[in-house]
Parts: sequence; structure tokens; C-alpha cells
Amino acid sequence: MPVPEPSVNGYHHDADEDIDYTDIDEKYAVHYDESFLDNIIVVDGIPIVKAERKERLVTKLGQDFNRLGASFKPGSLHMPWDDENGQNRGYVFIEYPTVDQANSAIAAIHGYRFDKNHAFAANRFADIEKFTNMEETYVEPGQEEFKAREHLRAWLGDPQGRDQYVILRGDDLQVFWNGRNGSSALVIGRPRWTESYVAWSPAGTFMATFHIQGVQFWGGPSWTRVRRLVHPHVKLLDFSPGENYVVTWSNEPIQIPENARTGPDIFSSDDEGNSVAVWDLKSGFVLRTFPSGQQGEDSATKKMVWPMLKWSGDDRYVARIQPGQQISVYELPGMHLVDKKSIKIEGMQDFEWCPWGDRDRDDQDGKTKGKRARENILAYWTPEVVNQPARVTLMSFPSRTQLRSKNLFNVSDCKLHWQNQGDFLCVKVDRHTRTKKSLYCNLEIFRMREKDFPVEVLEIKDAVISFTWEPRGERFCIITTNDPNFGNAAPGITIKTAIHFYQLERTKGDFRLLKTIENKTSNSVFWSPKGRHVVLATMGSQSKFDMEFWDLDFTGDDAPRSDKDPGANIQLLNTTEHYGVTDIEWDPSGRFVASSASAWRHTLENGYALWDFRGQELSKQVLDRFKQFLWRPRPRTLLSKDQQREIRKKLREYSKQFDEEDAAEESTVSAELIASRRRLIDEWNAWRIKVKRELKEEKGKRPQQRHLQEKVEEYVDEIIEETIEEVLE
Amino acid sequence: MVRFTSKRPILLQGHERSLTQVKYNAEGDLLFSCSKDDTVNAWYSHNGERLGTYGGHNGTVWTLDVDYQTKFLVTGSADNMMKLWDVETGQCLYTWEFLTAVKRVAFSEDGELIVCVTEQRAVAQGAIRVFKINRHDGRIQDPEPISLFHPIGTKATLASFGWDSKHIITGHESGKVAIFDAKTGEELRANEKAHHEPVTDLQLAPDRSYFVTSSKDKSARLHDSRTLAVLKTYTTETPLNSAAIAPLRPYVLLGGGQDAMSVTTTSLRQGKFETRFWHKVFEEEVGRVRGHFGPINTIAVHPDGRSYSSGGEDGFVRVHFFDVSYFKARPYGDLEAEE
Repeated sequence: MPVPEPSVNGYHHDADEDIDYTDIDEKYAVHYDESFLDNIIVVDGIPIVKAERKERLVTKLGQDFNRLGASFKPGSLHMPWDDENGQNRGYVFIEYPTVDQANSAIAAIHGYRFDKNHAFAANRFADIEKFTNMEETYVEPGQEEFKAREHLRAWLGDPQGRDQYVILRGDDLQVFWNGRNGSSALVIGRPRWTESYVAWSPAGTFMATFHIQGVQFWGGPSWTRVRRLVHPHVKLLDFSPGENYVVTWSNEPIQIPENARTGPDIFSSDDEGNSVAVWDLKSGFVLRTFPSGQQGEDSATKKMVWPMLKWSGDDRYVARIQPGQQISVYELPGMHLVDKKSIKIEGMQDFEWCPWGDRDRDDQDGKTKGKRARENILAYWTPEVVNQPARVTLMSFPSRTQLRSKNLFNVSDCKLHWQNQGDFLCVKVDRHTRTKKSLYCNLEIFRMREKDFPVEVLEIKDAVISFTWEPRGERFCIITTNDPNFGNAAPGITIKTAIHFYQLERTKGDFRLLKTIENKTSNSVFWSPKGRHVVLATMGSQSKFDMEFWDLDFTGDDAPRSDKDPGANIQLLNTTEHYGVTDIEWDPSGRFVASSASAWRHTLENGYALWDFRGQELSKQVLDRFKQFLWRPRPRTLLSKDQQREIRKKLREYSKQFDEEDAAEESTVSAELIASRRRLIDEWNAWRIKVKRELKEEKGKRPQQRHLQEKVEEYVDEIIEETIEEVLE
Repeated sequence: MVRFTSKRPILLQGHERSLTQVKYNAEGDLLFSCSKDDTVNAWYSHNGERLGTYGGHNGTVWTLDVDYQTKFLVTGSADNMMKLWDVETGQCLYTWEFLTAVKRVAFSEDGELIVCVTEQRAVAQGAIRVFKINRHDGRIQDPEPISLFHPIGTKATLASFGWDSKHIITGHESGKVAIFDAKTGEELRANEKAHHEPVTDLQLAPDRSYFVTSSKDKSARLHDSRTLAVLKTYTTETPLNSAAIAPLRPYVLLGGGQDAMSVTTTSLRQGKFETRFWHKVFEEEVGRVRGHFGPINTIAVHPDGRSYSSGGEDGFVRVHFFDVSYFKARPYGDLEAEE
């Protein structure tokens, strides 16, 4: 760095006088008044005594304050004296060495009962000043101007009925419209919008981003911040089904800094040490916090289960499990324990709420006459202990009546799978043979809409690695394997699987096998949210990345199902591959599928691809540092059953209209593309012509070697032939 | 998609280690290659027969260039030497020795000058030297450069004469691209943020009015030789080692792949060891040619634009001939770019 020249002839002096320092002076000016008053406190409520007892009072105060942890140095107490009456004025000033000590002294002394008639009131001296100087007349605060909130569900009004998706690449978020033919239009993109990942609320109203300080929620057409929840180092988030509440979790226990601001929207000292928080999303208030993990013996070794709190379908209750002991159900928004007691179940392992189906919601909204909404139901299971069989129980809540229970034997594990409308519950029971050497599986299927909850048992001889219900349907798909490599996963080995589809036989009331597809490697099932279509994928393998698109009603919804071949309607539409796929998700309309390869898992060909339900690739993006792809969910439809039926009836009419729109869109897109290419070419050619002209002018001045070279090039072919001859000789 | 190459490529198996640079002479009848195995080879480009080798270096030969008359060949090596060869006889005419490895050499258009980039090490600063060549008797050369300068800040790894012999275009480790005055060593223009990782190759268009750079930042860029303005950007998903401009058709050829270090842990498919063809103007990828089973280190296009060669980490040079459809196909209709 160049060293500045030393000043000559007092140059610096002159400069000094010219510079205006007032701003700096102001900035660093010491404000005496407040800072030194802060460590003086005023204690009111001191007994009034005559002069002869003053000594005793001071000594006694000293002792008491010392006991309370607010000891002061002798001489720092000042007792104002009323000379006229020869007694004190009933208050004292105490000066502490530091502000912190003064603050803790206030906390200790305030409200202390000195004797029967005297209770102390301690205040900061500065506060007394402040309050005495305060304006006595009440000034009404001005009405805050009402700001209309943006319509949070505006995106649903898209004239083309498109869905949105968000992608996370590095720290940059981008939200796109998904056009019908694989064309995407950017809605909004912001760099460094999140610090870890992104999440949608269950009905798509909010987009949550994660930051060191907490979670932020975004929405509306302008993507403004709707809500901010302060939970330092937040890692996980869970919404209630109705988007009214959220649960956040941070791996760092809550710490309350001293003198922190207080308010309903931030943690208070009661929350210290906890790490799970329940919030009201509308107000942003903390409702309650819980410690992380389950209290109990081996909580340290236990894997954390998320969501830690499970919501009932109507947002009214949230339940927390303490495995082996109890389920604690809290009522919202108060977050009080319902009936002030938990549901105590010895040995209970896991539970799930019954989801609310469209039917239940219609009942609740009073759309169906005379029907009352079904009470919330929860299902839980207890394992085998000495003389007791394992048991699955259905309990209604809040009445706490046991609706149904079923005993199970030789159980090694249970999984509860609710159909998303709450019509069926399948308990996948992994069972072991008596020798405990081999595993097989029972599916215990509860039919929830029938009287007494009948149970059907399907015995599967092989291990079942996946069970999935068709959303809103009466079918389910299981993947089984009898591969000897199952269970001892070695890298590079893809286990062989078989896929089975089952369907409820309405007349008989039981489930029958529709079709089995043998000799596959697929290990994941993705049902379309509208049912009917399903994607089978091989995931987590290092060599196979197959995706198969299946249609379960290939010949149409109404075609009669023959008894001979019940699986005839199940057809493979297409088999494709997405190299390195880590995630697959259907869009909410069930028209498109997105498969993505996330940089969180590996760094090979990160990016995403969009497919239609038939398995035709619409577009593929390979993006460096690509991490996450999420479709924006949609809320429940507002159309009634009849209206939906009406639309289905008129589909043919609509499709004509859509075809026209598609054609128009396509032609404008290609016209735009051609125009933009034309523009690029014109720009390029213009530049080239200009450069060539300049070169020519310059070359004219230069020696002629350029010509020489050009001449040689004309004979290139000949020269080559000559060399060949030489070689042959 | 256009089929790019017809018939089997010619595989030149003359090197035992990875290739560092391949280059055609002005007529395109000869192809020169150098590699980490210390040798330099000359081949007949149409049939892949070896014309000869130029032996004498004792270290990786990083770079070579041949003058417009195919009279002289210049090579730079990790043995800290730059050698001038008689192309025809294979004799070493003259040797310059430096304190550090020679990373890049290039002739000027008229063959009168050589620019040479030496590595930055503790013993010596990275330097760019320009030598005047005695074209009449190659044995008698001035050991001293006519100019010598040290780029400040980030070291230069690539250099070539610009649109004339008075300017030198350099590529740097930081991703910077700059123009220096060949005589004074003054930095005339610089684009500090041309790339954000090391520049790996720099090749000029036939008329030297623009040039392409490739970089480890997975992109290649087309720059104006005078202003250094970035004209086009080609973003791929793999680190790039080389980029070349194809005559005749509006394409640039990009080559690269996973670093040599991580090659053994990645499969052929993941490695991206393909030559990519990008449309020069539309910045769209139009095709790929596979073949190498290691990263591509260097690409050169035949001056007549009818074939190209790529040298890989796998030690092979592959000479590909373009298919008829490569020339006939008009994937963008009647939109034709000026060359």
C-alpha cells in the first residue's frame, strides 16, 4: 500500500478545522442521566420510625436484604428524613455497584413482606423519574390503518388451472407454474431464501423457509412474509392438517437470554430447556413447549420420531406419545391436557389418529342432513408381554371408549396404515415363526365404516416391504420379497420383489388379489393422489433407477371386471429410467409426476424431470447443487359430489376446448422460440460482419501471409494424397 | 438429433499416459499430440498413421504448437524446458531452459514469435515470455526473450496471441481472462470474473476475432478478442478441460469430465466423458460423442472442419470424422450463423 505523504506545513491542522464532527460527537456523546441512575433502586413500604429506632431499622433492613440475596454495602442506603415530624418518610434509596445487581435486588425485594403491616415495593429510580414525568392525560393511540391481507389462495385462481412447484438449488428458491406440456413459467425466485430447506403447508397456503433464527412463512400473490416464528436453530416443522397450528423442533434446547423481551409470540423462561414448540399460526403465539425426546429409560439411544406430536384430523387435538406408558392428548388452542389425564396404556408402542375423510368433513359442515361427524378415533398397538397377546385397539376420543380390539400372536412389529379417507385401517403385522427364524406377514384390515368394525386377515408368506393404500380408493398395493439378500443390505445388491394389487370386493366385503407382478426390483409405490394411476420405482439402488407407470383401470372406470382375470384392467403404460432418482412426487391433480435427484443424497446428475401420468417425459433439468422439488399442495375441493359428477360427464366437451388451447399455446411457444432464435442469429451475424470488416481493413495493412495460408488450404486434399503415396513406398 | 460422427473413429495409441494437448497443423494433414509420458507424436490425420516422435523431454510435455508453415514445432515441458523442433526431421533445434515448468506455448500467426507461460513456484514467479524466432536457421536462437512479464494477483496458465502479434490473451487460475501488450507486458484489459474457477483451455476462432475458454467451473464461454466481452456462455454439469470452435458449422466442442482423482469411483455414465457439441449462437447442446473412458483433456478441430480429435486422460487420441448428416442437417431451419 502506498504510504501517505507526511504532512507539510501543518496541512493536517487546517484540515481538522474544516471537518464537521458534529455527527460523530452526537454518536459518541455520553448520556449520563440514565446510565448512572440505573443502579439505584427505591424501596417503598419501609416502616416509619422515630430517630431513636433508625439504627435498628437500618440494621434489620441490612440483615433481611442480605438474606434475600440483595445485600448492599453499608453507606449505600439513603433514608430520606422528615425533620418536621422527626421520622423517616417510608422509603429508602439503595445504590448498587452495577445495574445487574440492582435488577436482581429489585426481583428479590419486590413484594417482600417485612412484617405484618409492611410489604416492600422496589423500583428502579430511573423508572420513578420516568413515571412522575409522564403525561397525566390519556392520549388515545391512533387507529392503526387496516391493511387488507393478500388472498393467500390466489394461486388457485389460475385460469389454466396449473399447479405450482418450488425447487431448491443451493440456497436459492424458485417457484414455477407447471404448464400442461412441460413448459414452466417462473413465478418468483429469490437467492438465499432459505438456509436449509423448504416446506409447504398441507393445503399449500404457506411456504415455510428455515433460518437460524426460526421459521418464516410466505404466501399470497406477492410472496410477502405472512408469519415469522422465532425458534433458534429450528430443524423440523410439522403443520396441523387444517394449517391452524405448527410444531417446530430444534436440536438445541431453548435458552432465554437475560432481560429478553417478553410477549406471547416468543418463548418465556418457563420454556427454557425445551425443544419442541406448538404455535398458533394465525396469531404467531407460542401455545406450549415440550422437552425433546421421550422421558424414560433409554431416551438417549432411541431414535427421534418425527412428527413428535400427532394431530387429529380436525385440528382439535394433538397427541404426544410416551412409548410404553401413555398418550397425552392436548386440546387446542389451550394446549391443556384433555380431562387432565393422559391415556395410560401399559406397553403401548405406537398410535395413529384416524384421518378425516371428505365424508367426515361434510358431516361436520352440516352438508349432509341428520348425520353427526364421527368422533375422532385413534388406533394403537401393544406388544406381547409374558402372558398377554399383542393387541391392536381402536379408541374413540374424547369419550375414550374402546371401539374394537384384536389380539395378535407371534408379533415382532406392527405398522398402522390408515387409508387417507379414514375408511380402512390396515395393521401390517410382521410375524415370526415359532423358531423366530423366518418372518412373514399378516395384514389385518379394519373396515371403519361398517358396524362393529369387521376385520379381515390376509396372510402373506413373504416379507412385506411396503404397504400403500390407494388414496380415496378401495385398493392397496403391497411389495413383497423372498430374496435371500433381504435384510442384509450390501451395496450394489438390488433385491428382487413382487408387487401385488388387492381390491375390496363390495359384495363379499373382503379383499381379493387382483394381480401379482413377479420378478421386479421396484421397492417404492407412489399412488396418484386421485387414485387409479401408480408409479412403481426402484430407489436407493446404485445401479437401477427404473420407474414404471401403471394404470389400474386401463379400460375405463365402468368396464365390468371379469372374475376370471380380475387384473385385466391393470396395465403397464411405460417403463422409464431417471438416473440417480432420489424422490418421486405426484402433483396434486394427479396429472404429472416429478422425479428428482437431490444433491443431499449424491452429486450425480442432480436435477429433476417431469412426466405425465403415462410416463412420457415432458422436461428434464440437470442442475448443479439441486436439492429439493416440491409440488404446492391444494386444499380440498369446494365442489360437491354432484358438481364433480357433472364435470366428469362433460369431460369430452372440455377436452376439445383444452386441445384448442394446447394447440394455440404450442404455436405461440414455437413462434416465440423461432423469433428469439432469429434475434440471436441476427445479433450474431451483425457482430460477425462488423468484425470481419474491421479485420479486412486491418489485414490490408499487414503482410500477405494470410493469403499464402488460404492458398495452401485449397490444396489440402491433394497434399493428403501425396503423403499416402509416400507411405506406401 | 443429428448423428455426428460416421465410421469408426481412429484410435491413436501412441502414448502411455494421459494426453495434455493435441493440435492440427494449418493444413490439417498432420496432428500433433503430447502427453504426460514425455513424448510428442506426429500423426497423419486422415488415417492415424504415426509420422514420428519427438524425443528429448524428461518430464510431462504440457503443451505444443506448430507454426503456419509446419516448419517448426515448439513444445513445453515439466522438465523446465521449451524446445524448438524441425517438424520434418524430428531434430531438436534449440532448447530454452527456465526455473519452472512450461505450461503453455503458442506461435504467433506469422510464426515469428512464440509466447511461453511458465509455472509459478517458490523458486520463480509465474512468467510470460515472448521470444523472437529466427526462421532462417532454427539452430540459432536468441536465448533471451524480447519481453518478459509477471501477471500480478493470479497466475496465468494459458496464453495465446490475440487478433494480432502485438497482443497476448491469457487465462488465469482464478478464472480471469486478460489481454497483455506483448511488448510492454502491460495489462490492457481484464475480465476478472470470466470464470469462477481455473480456466483450462483457450482456443481462438480461425480469424482470431473471438475465442472460447473452458473452465473447471463447468462452463465454457465465447469472448470477443478485443473487448473481452462475453458473447456466449455454455453451462454444462461437469468440469471442462477443453473447448474448441468448429469451422463450417456453428458449433463449439466441449470436453471434460470428473477429475482424474475421482474417476475410479464413478462409472462411465456418471463421468461424462463425452465430447459435447453446443450451438455457438443459441447456447444449446445439440449432441454428444462418446468414446473415452476417462476425462477428455484436450480437443482440436481439423482446420477444414470435417473431423476432430480428442485426447483423454485414458491415454488415447480419438480422431472422429463428421457424418454427412452433420453438414446437411439443419435442425434450426434456415437460421444460418455467419462463421
